[in-house]
Amino acid sequence: MATRIDVTGLTAYYGKFKAVADVNLTIEPKNVTAFIGPSGCGKSTVLRTLNRMHEVLPGARVEGKVLLDGEDLYGAGTDPVNVRRTVGMVFQRPNPFPTMSIYENVIAGLKLNGVRKKALLDERVEESLRGANLWEEVKDRLGRPGAGLSGGQQQRLCIARAIAVEPQVLLMDEPCSALDPISTLAIEDLITKLKSSFTIVIVTHNMQQASRVSDTTAFFSLEKTGDPGRLVEFDKTSKIFTNPTEKRTEDYVSGRFG
Amino acid sequence: MSTATVSGPAVGDTADRLGLRGQSLPRWMPLAVAAGAVVVSLLIYLLTPVDSEIQIVLMAALGFVIAMTALSTAVEGGRRARDRFATTLVYTAFLLAVIPLVAVLVSVIGKGAGRLDAGFFTHSMNGIGARDVGGGIYHAIIGTVEQVLLASVLAVPFGLLVAIYLVEYGRGRVSRVISFFVDVLTGLPSIIAGLFILAFWVIALDQGFSGFAGALALAVLMIPTVVRSAEEMLKLVPNELREAGYALGVPQWRTILRVVVPTALPGIVTGVMLAVARVAGETAPVLLTVFGTNLINSNPFSGEQSSLPLYIYSQAGQPQQSAVDRAWAAALVLIIIIMVLNLAARLFAGRNRLR
Ligand SMILES: Nc1ncnc2c1ncn2[C@@H]1O[C@H](COP(=O)(O)OP(=O)(O)OP(=O)(O)O)[C@@H](O)[C@H]1O
Ligand SMILES: [Mg+2]
Repeated sequence: MATRIDVTGLTAYYGKFKAVADVNLTIEPKNVTAFIGPSGCGKSTVLRTLNRMHEVLPGARVEGKVLLDGEDLYGAGTDPVNVRRTVGMVFQRPNPFPTMSIYENVIAGLKLNGVRKKALLDERVEESLRGANLWEEVKDRLGRPGAGLSGGQQQRLCIARAIAVEPQVLLMDEPCSALDPISTLAIEDLITKLKSSFTIVIVTHNMQQASRVSDTTAFFSLEKTGDPGRLVEFDKTSKIFTNPTEKRTEDYVSGRFG
Repeated sequence: MSTATVSGPAVGDTADRLGLRGQSLPRWMPLAVAAGAVVVSLLIYLLTPVDSEIQIVLMAALGFVIAMTALSTAVEGGRRARDRFATTLVYTAFLLAVIPLVAVLVSVIGKGAGRLDAGFFTHSMNGIGARDVGGGIYHAIIGTVEQVLLASVLAVPFGLLVAIYLVEYGRGRVSRVISFFVDVLTGLPSIIAGLFILAFWVIALDQGFSGFAGALALAVLMIPTVVRSAEEMLKLVPNELREAGYALGVPQWRTILRVVVPTALPGIVTGVMLAVARVAGETAPVLLTVFGTNLINSNPFSGEQSSLPLYIYSQAGQPQQSAVDRAWAAALVLIIIIMVLNLAARLFAGRNRLR
């Protein structure tokens, strides 16, 4: 059920601006990979190229190759809609659909893609909410609006919504940056649990979080503003945090950056 | 611990070492000043040769603003005085804006309510002369309802689609051109829309006068309003919701249909209602395309129809009091219909939101 991602020579542009250049990395199946690096170095950009969300912005384009179990995401004939069904995404700010109830939010992906069977939907709602550690808190008020939950609950609702379509890969862009330590812990536990069924990529500014949840870590950086961001080092998380090869990585993870 | 000394002024101390407090006028002062201004202008009205009521009202308003600002400057200082001045202007503007509205409502209800009986709603003007007291608006209501409904059926989907194109898909030149034409259309005088349909549909295509021709003219007037208001509402939908849709593997068109439009729906409905209310009262384009009749014609696709604005226009133009009374009563009905439509739309939009 989980999938390996090979990125080769990836360069992403916003119009004429080259945001990241020449990224090469391999993400193993059923693994958590963390993207770390200073603000503006292109972590979100690279993450969004992994499910073709980058090109949603006007003028944005991508060069290079992203292989999902050997299939090129950017190959001719690849449908971005199908890519996004396989590679799900959770955003930095919780964004439940405001017109939908909790129940409808969870199955939004299925329902909007035409699944109608009530029994299947009911089952998937419970399964996904349990998967996102939210079931106990909301099982009595599934019909209430999703926007009425707390920030941490909303973020777990968004995770439930993302896993309800049964993707192979889950991308998370700073999923805890708007949350308190307890909700953060809940989500980190969740990530560890989800690892058994999904390949996970997470962007984070929290070094402890990266070292706690991830197996491999990619450190991105940029020389100076205006330059494209680059992948500096990509290795086992334990190595990145204890004995990195690059001086810049060491400076960053030990807090001596800039 | 138990005898911790608190330095600094105790509660109720009048010393204000940091200058945090300021002098301020008592709460009743604006009312008193307003009363004073009214009394002074009444005295002027009674004692001097100035005898225009409008001048007196303006004088009172002006006197209030000046006196209040002066008093406030003297007592409270410059910043608060400017605040008072702006507040006074806002309230005065509000009152001035409400005066015509209330005046219209009061006079229409006062003059129109007398003729509102069951017969007025169930009869047409068939065989009724201007001098006769009977007659009704049955045919005009049918005409207005059918024409406005048809116009909405034509304009709302079209306008919505244009707005969706402009906000969700439109990039570059084509969308700028469309946007420009929508702006031009917004400023189109309603009689031009009527003339256009008259020349094109009624005469050139030889379709003759009909309710449908009127609906076409009204649709031309509705489209820009619908496009503009729907566009504004769609723009307010946060991009994050669209991205959330795409990230679930939902195609763009479906995301728009099931996520973006429902989120913007209450606002869109309000915009549509404003457009409907506007065209329901249009007279000139209807006069040129529907023409008007005294008879009941419930088929909007052939032959002249009537409509409430046309009815009001023709009755109000007669010298006889009975005809003028009918015009007032019809005006009241038109206002009520538009208000009911508005309320219905609000209820609908409210129900669509989750509680
Ligand atoms: N929509 C956009 N249009 C133009 N440039 C953009 C856009 N989004 C990001 N960029 C630019 O691309 C570069 C990389 O941005 P990105 O958002 O990927 O950084 P990041 O590493 O995620 O930063 P942060 O940690 O602050 O989220 C930045 O220089 C940024 O200014
Ligand atoms: Mg980012």
